[in-house]
Amino acid sequence: MSEHPAVAQLKGQFGDKVLKVEEFRGQTSVTVPKEEIVAVCTFLRDSCGYNFLTDLCGVDYLGRTPRFTVVYQLYNIGTHTRLRLKAEVEEADCRIDTVTGVWSTANWFERECWDLMGIAFVDHPDLRRILLPEDWSGHPLRKDYPVQGPDREPYQGRLS
Amino acid sequence: MAKTETMTINMGPQHPSTHGVLQLVLELDGEIVRKITPHIGFLHRGVEKLAEHRTYHQVLPLTDRLDYLAPMHNNLGYVLAVEKLLGIDEQIPERANAVRVMMAELTRIKSHLVWLATHALDIGAMTVFLYCFRERERIMDFYEKISGARMTSNYFRVGGLSRDLPDGIEREIRAFIDEMPGHVDTYEGLLSGNKIWQKRVMGIGVIGAKDAIDIGLTGPALRASGVDWDLRRDQSYCDYDKYDFQVITGKDGDTWTRYKCRLDEIRESCKIVRQVLDGLKPGPILADCPKVCLPPKKDVVNTIEGLIHHFKIITEGFKPEPGEVYVGVENPKGEVGYYLISDGSPHPYRMKIRPASFVNLQALPQMAEGAMIADVIAIIGTLDVVLGEIDR
Repeated sequence: MSEHPAVAQLKGQFGDKVLKVEEFRGQTSVTVPKEEIVAVCTFLRDSCGYNFLTDLCGVDYLGRTPRFTVVYQLYNIGTHTRLRLKAEVEEADCRIDTVTGVWSTANWFERECWDLMGIAFVDHPDLRRILLPEDWSGHPLRKDYPVQGPDREPYQGRLS
Repeated sequence: MAKTETMTINMGPQHPSTHGVLQLVLELDGEIVRKITPHIGFLHRGVEKLAEHRTYHQVLPLTDRLDYLAPMHNNLGYVLAVEKLLGIDEQIPERANAVRVMMAELTRIKSHLVWLATHALDIGAMTVFLYCFRERERIMDFYEKISGARMTSNYFRVGGLSRDLPDGIEREIRAFIDEMPGHVDTYEGLLSGNKIWQKRVMGIGVIGAKDAIDIGLTGPALRASGVDWDLRRDQSYCDYDKYDFQVITGKDGDTWTRYKCRLDEIRESCKIVRQVLDGLKPGPILADCPKVCLPPKKDVVNTIEGLIHHFKIITEGFKPEPGEVYVGVENPKGEVGYYLISDGSPHPYRMKIRPASFVNLQALPQMAEGAMIADVIAIIGTLDVVLGEIDR
């Protein structure tokens, strides 16, 4: 059972929808269904004091179903505590609702996640590529995207 | 009444006051900026992807090249994240932590000096530029003596430091920080009373505390809006809680307040460096974790264990147990964080960098839309962005 105060509050509000609570090195991660992400974020911001979205990123667990996880790093400026929120996204339906309505800072993070990981954010105000050129194909941070780039032989090391 | 059409112009990517390769598409109504669309990514090198194919030790030099004005801070965030992932964050020797703090604060001074130099230059105060670079050069010399490189320092290591301080450097650093507050007074003497400077920065780019939190500002940019939050104090790392320093905050959230805050931060950094020097004791600089930290050279050539550990760490790396951590540090620009996921292999499964400049730049349209075109220059300067960190 987690010691983290926000976990109890989340369980009280969302019950079974809190799918998983993990602890590692004193840091807490909470997994929620992706349909609930906006409701959970709004609740955490308004009722638990997690008013700052530090970071947002996608993770590709190739070979697992569901394949992707979107990770939100939250910070409470009042109590100076962190909480990690996660939502899993399937490859076949690679979308999740945007949280730009909760924190405007999510705007560029979500664009980056779309650009590099290929997870779309529903109702995002401006979902364009951000780091790569507009005509780029593919999403480089996916695990099946080769590090040397597409259509190139992998580096084999020195031949001598 | 006559109606004018808006005009769209490009500012950058090659433009001296965009501080790198940043392109802004400005929609102008006369002198007034109606809309700003930033385009970034010109410097994208795929650091996060590269990291997935390297050992944990090999990722460290990549982090130098993010915010190249504050390389040691990037190193610091990364090594702290890896140490947390390994669970050795409590085992770092006292001396290593003290030197880390000292270098981090010198780096903060260095980064703020470049900020002030370029910010003032953009606005037209040329003299300040040369003064700031004169002092920055001194810190670059310390960098060179301590780490061997002027910019890409790669000095910290997982578990401690790559080497101990060279002889006599403490005296030189002490002499520098003794005179640095006087230099800050000189900069202020050149700028603060200057009517042109005041007109160009006072009341420009105002952002309130609530909006600043919402848009994700961190660092001096957020503190100038009145939010009292500094990770060095509030999530203390490297024994920062041992040192006595003030977190500088402002209340107006304009370019002038951010300028004052950063200058005061330089003074506070000098205080911290002085305290570190006062308390610096000889001792080990690497944690006693032979599976993680490279052994000293004399052990490698003289003992079989040293040779084995050296060989294993170089060829294979170390394998943290599966898990994930996020660690953020207070960079000169704001919070820089590393989110590391380990799957038990010698390579990070995923590394996500939380760049301070990336998020701070996002506030630019909000702060500059409706302002005059010349104010855009001042606002980019006050946000203190580094494109190497934004594009990664």
